[in-house]
Amino acid sequence: MAEDTWATEDSRLREGLRAYRLIAVMWIRSTMAYPLSFALTAVGGLVVNGLDFVAILLMFSRIDTLGGYALPEIAFLYGLSALAFGFADLAIGSMDRLGTRVRDGTLDTLLVRPAPVLAQVAADRFALRRIGRITQGTVVLGYGLAACDIAWTPLKLLLMPVMLASGGLIFCAVFVAGAAFQFVAQDAAEVQNAFTYGGTTLLQYPPTVFGKELVRGVTFVLPLAFVNWVPAAYVLGRPYPLGLPEWAAFTPPLVAAVCCALAGLAWRAGLRSYRSTGS
Amino acid sequence: MTESAFIEMDRVEKVFDVRKKTGFLKREVRRVRAVDSLSFTVARGEMVGYIGPNGAGKSTTIKMLTGILTPSGGRLRVAGIDPSRERTRLAHRIGVVFGQRTTLWWDLPLIDSYRLMHRMYRIPDARYRENLDRLVELLGLGELLDVPVRQLSLGQRMRGDIVAALLHDPEVLYLDEPTIGLDVVSKAKVRDFLRELNTERGTTVLLTTHDLQDIEQLCSRVMVIDHGRMMYDGPLAGLHEAGESERTLVVDLERELPPIEAPAPARVVRVEGPRQWLAFPASQSAAPLVARIAQEYPLVDLSVREPDIEAVIAKMLHSLGDTPKPPPERTTA
Repeated sequence: MAEDTWATEDSRLREGLRAYRLIAVMWIRSTMAYPLSFALTAVGGLVVNGLDFVAILLMFSRIDTLGGYALPEIAFLYGLSALAFGFADLAIGSMDRLGTRVRDGTLDTLLVRPAPVLAQVAADRFALRRIGRITQGTVVLGYGLAACDIAWTPLKLLLMPVMLASGGLIFCAVFVAGAAFQFVAQDAAEVQNAFTYGGTTLLQYPPTVFGKELVRGVTFVLPLAFVNWVPAAYVLGRPYPLGLPEWAAFTPPLVAAVCCALAGLAWRAGLRSYRSTGS
Repeated sequence: MTESAFIEMDRVEKVFDVRKKTGFLKREVRRVRAVDSLSFTVARGEMVGYIGPNGAGKSTTIKMLTGILTPSGGRLRVAGIDPSRERTRLAHRIGVVFGQRTTLWWDLPLIDSYRLMHRMYRIPDARYRENLDRLVELLGLGELLDVPVRQLSLGQRMRGDIVAALLHDPEVLYLDEPTIGLDVVSKAKVRDFLRELNTERGTTVLLTTHDLQDIEQLCSRVMVIDHGRMMYDGPLAGLHEAGESERTLVVDLERELPPIEAPAPARVVRVEGPRQWLAFPASQSAAPLVARIAQEYPLVDLSVREPDIEAVIAKMLHSLGDTPKPPPERTTA
């Protein structure tokens, strides 16, 4: 399999996306079999997500700055993190259920289908209600953009979508790598949540409030800092965490690509170990 | 490979490392040979029963044949394809029904699951329609197509799963416990259908089961596996011989009598009031024995019982020097 050509990789990608779409649509329709339940969970999710930022607002009723960042800047960071995570969560957020599928053997039913397993698992339990997080993130980011006094340049404008797309991909890579780990440890869903949900919460606060070791960890080990901290520092004209050079603000696409490649390798290794050891 | 050998297994092995927690961090690793140098071929159009005790390696074999698991050694081909290397290519040519795991969409009407198969397997429209109509009619699901799967009975769901596995015209169908938990009527429907599928369409069928009636009614060939090794491969009748199986003659006498003195090898195995049970080799005719008893004893009624295959298998495995020590129970059914 090592000598897979680019052409077959490309067709595998297209096959995967196609399978993903087919399965995701089935899940949406399944959810719509209970419209009231869907409406309630969607509204509930929106409220819970909304309250999340309200907590920060309350905090700022007592303080003026947090780690040197004012409320609009915090909103900017928060919005970026929430949006990037929201995209990943909506797209493949149910991958943390892989361990369950391995344990109860239902992964086998996916392995006999003529479609890449990763795509099938990624689309598993596709939940439209997760748009709630994206909605909330958009509102908060909107507020941050409006309230921050940013000296816009074409480069900064360009960086915004690039940063969001890269951030989404970095979180996707974390989801995939976490799922791959569940081939080995089937009850590691909570470990994965610590990195995904935990990661996005971490990024909602400026790097200056955290210890240097932690910032180092999320920069060089699990590069979540490239979701918003590093590129946002450029947009906001803030000092870079860990004294990184300015060009680091433009590396998120590169970091995302490396993360995705590593996650892909981890996934292959995980699937191979499943197929050679059984459940 | 000859064209007739559709499934080909040549000294296939599957070794698992089973880790057992023995202390806080200590793990004891034990190697378990789930499949041990297993060889067999199945010709196109055959219908084979694959049986053995729990943990014998049946499911592991099926998983290797479908490409879910990669063999640890040996050579394995299905339709000329190496399943674990070309899993998705093989998927178009095989159908799989896992008895206890439905592939149907719980909350959606049955037809929606089939539409997904239609698109996922890229089945040409005309063929899909034709297959769907035929399968739905044969399995009596016509009125259930618009019913959400969660409202179907177990038997209906099983039939629904079989349809889903066959829409893309697979050349071989693997069935893992297809009649488990079904009532008599549903079992009969499934069996009738499988027989028809095999004779009319020439689909190769490999089924694992604990229900030996499945085998008796469907399969001309049986493979018995235990501890990952082939213990018997041949016609069902031969299994009786290999297991030295015995039929039972049940006689009702007019009154309680001492055990009937039957000519060897026939012998009385049980006496209960006026009723007596005599065992005799399955290969032998019951007629002389019946005639003799009727002549010498006040006979009221009699019946002959066919051997229970489960007992035959147990006996055969035992006579082959196989101590009844099952390998560790694995959670995969």
